[in-house]
Amino acid sequence: MPHSRRQFLTSGSSITLLTLMAASGLLGPEAAAAQWNKGAFESKNMEDLVRTLGGTAPQRSDDIVFVGPEIAENGAVVPVEVASRLPGTDSIALLIEKNPNLLAANFAIPAGTLPEIQTRVKMAETCNVYALVRAQGKFYYTAKEIKVTVGGCGG
Amino acid sequence: MANPMRIRARADGDIVQVRVLISHVMETGLRKDAQGELVPAHYIQLIDVTYDGRIVLSAEWGPAVSRNPYLAFKFRGGAPGGKVRVTWTDNLGETQSYEASVE
Repeated sequence: MPHSRRQFLTSGSSITLLTLMAASGLLGPEAAAAQWNKGAFESKNMEDLVRTLGGTAPQRSDDIVFVGPEIAENGAVVPVEVASRLPGTDSIALLIEKNPNLLAANFAIPAGTLPEIQTRVKMAETCNVYALVRAQGKFYYTAKEIKVTVGGCGG
Repeated sequence: MANPMRIRARADGDIVQVRVLISHVMETGLRKDAQGELVPAHYIQLIDVTYDGRIVLSAEWGPAVSRNPYLAFKFRGGAPGGKVRVTWTDNLGETQSYEASVE
């Protein structure tokens, strides 16, 4: 069914209102940033993901510290920790090579927050886990293989 | 839910360590239940942490974050008594927001 004129007017005016609110500063930067990046979560490899996030050619870096278990007995709960020593780090992402979605989580680190994150993720099977860091507009990563005894995605 | 979110924020000098435990199923949409039916995806997508109204961490999550998510990080410029607020929104549009005082 084609859109009715009223629907068109309604949707049109709400977009205009949002634009006006954004322009006038009624929506703060956090409102503008509160968008889930579907494309990033659908990326199949790191190059695609970095491109989706607006960068190119991630480089391996020893200034990213990734802490995780050698062997995760339960793939449903794998504790991971990432710390970046790269100056100007403003985002830290966790990538799990053989999961259905490569990207597990992406953290935005504002000025004043330490570039260190701890969380827990699910892993389908033994594979490399990457920490992907953006610092001063460039992307860097480190990798660690975590062996999984029981995968965390079935059930 | 008896305990939907636990927030611990502890100051050490001007650095505040925040630890958050959220109660959420974090269903991937790929899991089958006992009857063999797919359990629909239900997971937190956006999470924001503020300190006295200023964003100190924000994140986008996919379904690979574990059930009952845990998150820990540190920020500078906090003091005991300040308010740490955690707000999340999931893929079904549900949202929750809780606040705790820095110890």
